[in-house]
Amino acid sequence: MSKFRKKTKVKQDIPTSSMPDVVFMLLFFFMVTTELRKTAVDVMQRIPQATQLRKLQRKSLVTNLYIGEPKKSEQFGTEPKIQAEDVFIEANDIILWVNREKDKLPENEREQLTVALKVDAEAKRGIIADVETQLRKANARKILYSTLQKSDKR
Amino acid sequence: MARNTPEIPNASMADIAFLLLTFFLVTTTMPNDKGLSMQLPPPPEAQPPEDVKIQERNLFKIQVNSSDALLVEGEPMADVDGLKDMIKKFILNNGQDPNSSDSPEKAIVSFKTDRGTTHKRFVEILDIIQASYYDIYAEQAGVTNEEFRKIASDLNNPDNKRIYDKGREGIPMGISIAEPTKIGN
Repeated sequence: MSKFRKKTKVKQDIPTSSMPDVVFMLLFFFMVTTELRKTAVDVMQRIPQATQLRKLQRKSLVTNLYIGEPKKSEQFGTEPKIQAEDVFIEANDIILWVNREKDKLPENEREQLTVALKVDAEAKRGIIADVETQLRKANARKILYSTLQKSDKR
Repeated sequence: MARNTPEIPNASMADIAFLLLTFFLVTTTMPNDKGLSMQLPPPPEAQPPEDVKIQERNLFKIQVNSSDALLVEGEPMADVDGLKDMIKKFILNNGQDPNSSDSPEKAIVSFKTDRGTTHKRFVEILDIIQASYYDIYAEQAGVTNEEFRKIASDLNNPDNKRIYDKGREGIPMGISIAEPTKIGN
């Protein structure tokens, strides 16, 4: 019996003195690698996958356009919608929106504005083609179909 | 003197750090700034109304209908596995096969969808077309496909610019995305 009793006296606390350091390291990692949410995206975003991805050169020249089914379908219906910043817009408003985005950039960089289209995988080509036509009219012709890296090798 | 050295209590430090960590986890997102890069054609009105005649042989037609079925050069195609090699062969034909392209400069890959085609399918096919071009560029420049795309993202560096120009020499990226047809949707 005494043999067992001896064993129970072994100290079994996990040392916690380095816990703050570990947590702070995690914290810094997340602070560096992530960015603050600027907009609450109200459309579905099941981003498709592709292999031939290109990274954008300068983030300041990029502006996002979200396309997909509204998340609140009972309020907005199930037809895919276009979201710019925090509001839903129609395809006709895109020229106006592009000009506003261009005004935010310095004058010599306005032509390099890139529109990143974050389109839900199940959205139809029709609405995207409408958006592209408007972007052509607005002279914002650099676009990027936002995709994820396909992991498997083809 | 050494008996009561002032100390900041640090037992709650971990809790505070966890709170901060949770705050950042909730309020931030992982940035995703990657994707398929494209250059749209100039606006419809600005284009000269002249009819540009493109010979049938210099056009590689890919069509996708509203139920995502694929038609390549008039032939239905069940899966996309062989498509990349077909496109590469078409671009680099250099007039050997009389039914295929004259030269890489004249070769155009035409991609037509329907308004009812899903974006997923569109991206899948566009990815394959771009992959064929990047493969050709990379081979011509003597780097791998991945390296070439990395180089193409940073052209301010003169070394990168040189490799990029070498890869693209004589082979423009001739991808034409036609206005979708209006059967679905």
